[in-house]
Amino acid sequence: MTDILDILISANFWAAALRIATPLIFGVIGALVCERAGVLNLGIEGIFTAGAMAGWMAVWLGAGLWGGVLVAAMAGAFFGLIHAILTVPLGLSQHVSGIGVTLFATSLSYFIYRTALPDVSSPPRIEAFKPLDIPGLSDLPFLGPALFQQTPLTFLALLLVAVTAYVLYRTPLGLAIQAVGDNPAAVESQGLSVYAIRIGTVVAGSAIMALGGAFLTMSAFDAFFFGMVNGRGWICIALTVFASWRPGKALIGALLFGAFDAFQVRLQTEVGSFIPGQVFLMMPYLLSIAALIVVARRADYPRALLVPYFRGQR
Amino acid sequence: MAGLAQDAGVVLRLDGITKRFGALTANGDVSLDLKRGEILALLGENGAGKTTLMNILFGHYVADEGRVMVSPDGTGLSELEPGSPHAALQAGIGMVHQHFTLAENLSALDNILLGTERLAALSSSRAPARRKLEELMARSGLTVSLDARISQLSVGEKQRVEILKALYRDARVLVLDEPTAVLTPQESDTLFATLKKLADDGLGIIFISHKLAEVLASSHRVAVLRGGRKVADLPTAECDRRKLAELMVGHAIVETMRSPGSPGAPLFVLNKASAGHGRDALRDVDLTLRSGEILGIAGVSGNGQTTLARVISGLEPLTHGSMTLEGKAIGQASARAMIDNGLARIPEDRHHDGIVGAMSVSENLAIESIRKPENQRLGLLRFSAMRERARNLIKAYDIRCQSEDSPARLLSGGNIQKIVLARTLETVPKVVLAAQPSRGLDVGATSDVHKRLLAARDRGAGVILISEDLDELMRLSDRIAVIHRGHLSEADPSDTLDRGSLGLRMAGHNAEDAA
Repeated sequence: MTDILDILISANFWAAALRIATPLIFGVIGALVCERAGVLNLGIEGIFTAGAMAGWMAVWLGAGLWGGVLVAAMAGAFFGLIHAILTVPLGLSQHVSGIGVTLFATSLSYFIYRTALPDVSSPPRIEAFKPLDIPGLSDLPFLGPALFQQTPLTFLALLLVAVTAYVLYRTPLGLAIQAVGDNPAAVESQGLSVYAIRIGTVVAGSAIMALGGAFLTMSAFDAFFFGMVNGRGWICIALTVFASWRPGKALIGALLFGAFDAFQVRLQTEVGSFIPGQVFLMMPYLLSIAALIVVARRADYPRALLVPYFRGQR
Repeated sequence: MAGLAQDAGVVLRLDGITKRFGALTANGDVSLDLKRGEILALLGENGAGKTTLMNILFGHYVADEGRVMVSPDGTGLSELEPGSPHAALQAGIGMVHQHFTLAENLSALDNILLGTERLAALSSSRAPARRKLEELMARSGLTVSLDARISQLSVGEKQRVEILKALYRDARVLVLDEPTAVLTPQESDTLFATLKKLADDGLGIIFISHKLAEVLASSHRVAVLRGGRKVADLPTAECDRRKLAELMVGHAIVETMRSPGSPGAPLFVLNKASAGHGRDALRDVDLTLRSGEILGIAGVSGNGQTTLARVISGLEPLTHGSMTLEGKAIGQASARAMIDNGLARIPEDRHHDGIVGAMSVSENLAIESIRKPENQRLGLLRFSAMRERARNLIKAYDIRCQSEDSPARLLSGGNIQKIVLARTLETVPKVVLAAQPSRGLDVGATSDVHKRLLAARDRGAGVILISEDLDELMRLSDRIAVIHRGHLSEADPSDTLDRGSLGLRMAGHNAEDAA
């Protein structure tokens, strides 16, 4: 019992939780933005992979780290545009298109990686983002190590939550995004273009998702591996429902999942001798399913989610 | 062009608008002028092209021929860019659609603000908008709570938000598509009072309607559309009910007149029947329907009519009492058993309970007799036979649809009702249950429904007519009973009743008080 408490009050644990949560924050914010506009983006898993590969490769080829982040976002935007064109003006099934984008983006990333590096056995490394040492703040007891020894991408993720909330609730663009996910006819009758808003939002949301992938290869690790995204995209889709499509709750959800994950690693080392390790690996997923069951029944779905809009059709 | 005498005060002109959908001409060469401060009623039956015309005006559709001219600043008329709601809004045209175009997850204020600001703006300036709206609300009498989410508002409030959306953008022309379809009579009165006030302030208003009473009461001028063409355009003062109805339908309306029926033996009996619970429950109801009569059930909606209809349809079990058909007790009824027993059910919500929207017209026509040998052989459906019968019924009942294969949901309300009538009455039923059979239908379709019900009666069927429309009840029923809080009164011959006493009984006074 005291062992568990020791884990929970260690700064190290919370630092790990925030680190694990960072790609999820990008992912869930990206997914949430798309769904607020009425488009489910199941391309997320592939967009993570594409962001991870593109960002890493750009740096490996000599771009700066922030240049790599930009390239990752552009890769995400590209696949987002494909999904948006298929689902918005063409009105195809969002599920089918999303899965297709995931398969396409994942395979294309692997293909480019293999083509560029046909002979390497161990993945080449890059000089990844370093923890940002903020004099003064980083030396605070507890908070310092937990909060202020993260890489810049983690701070970008936290900033993005605030910016997304502001845009969604306080700007004309945010109102239009919310409205287009609820009743596209409301947007059209006020003289705005439903297609432009939906396509733009999906492209932007996909760019944000890709940053989650970029975090994996440019901050959490310093190389690209096959299968490294490992279902993080799907977790983000579930977290979106958990968050009831609100950026603040999305942050809480991602942190909660990060904490579960960090906790199971530590618990494994504490009591791992007599319980199989796989049980601990399962834990964060089981807990997210449980949390989802509790929260999702009250979830406030965007009414026009999954519903394509065709002009002039009643 | 400006300054021509005939253009004085004209804020909107439709010039030779033609719009075709495939072979159908929805609008044929329609021209129309709207003056400042004028309330113009656009009258026509369902499918006459009213909504199409207004959707062209607002840029949802592009006309094949003709143009829309507007006078955005009150001076000369200039052509409006077709196919752009944005341009229409810029030119001062506001539209209140029949199905509201509001985002339910936003506040009233945000819905009004939507699209009025640059999308790239860094923040929404709600405070000045609120001031302008409060002033508008004070002046027009359209009050809504601006901070409430749309999902919390009543239908009447939502409509006020829609009108405020237009006024906030300084609309000079306001178009309302069937604005009273969803309102209570009191809300409708308030709406028209507001529209009068707005027109007095200089707004040009077009409202689409197929209700003669409100057109006569509330418009300055009437334009009548029939089959996509404008057949009349005249001051309301020169019109009366009969004239408008004839213009709208295209021939003289013969109000369906009932000849006295010849009731036979008791056919269907409810004895001390109770069912359901809550407000709409049925309590201790005695009802005797004889063959060859129409029994009207009058009452304010929500007094047990729905449960009564469900019981007769076999959808709801009785908790007490009994039900007999032709002397035989019906125990645990089911919808299928009731249909096999000879019940024709014309449900209240015809879109939801009357048809399966995604299925074709011919499938919908066969749906209640799917197990009969004419529709199936060895469990396989006989599609060609079903289609053939559907083609005959489409002709006999004048169902307007592209073909027997088109999905039923594409049909208008009147034609959907004709599908229900054709399906149920063609089987020569013993009992016809008609719940609100003409609600929401236009004059032509209503008179068609009435004729069919009277024909079924004359053939010897017993008809139970549940309606909120007293005129309809008085015109069709041989006897009328009143339902109030689940209790059904004694049925009296309709010749002995008048609207006043029925109204009192519907409000819960008993027969002695009312007499």
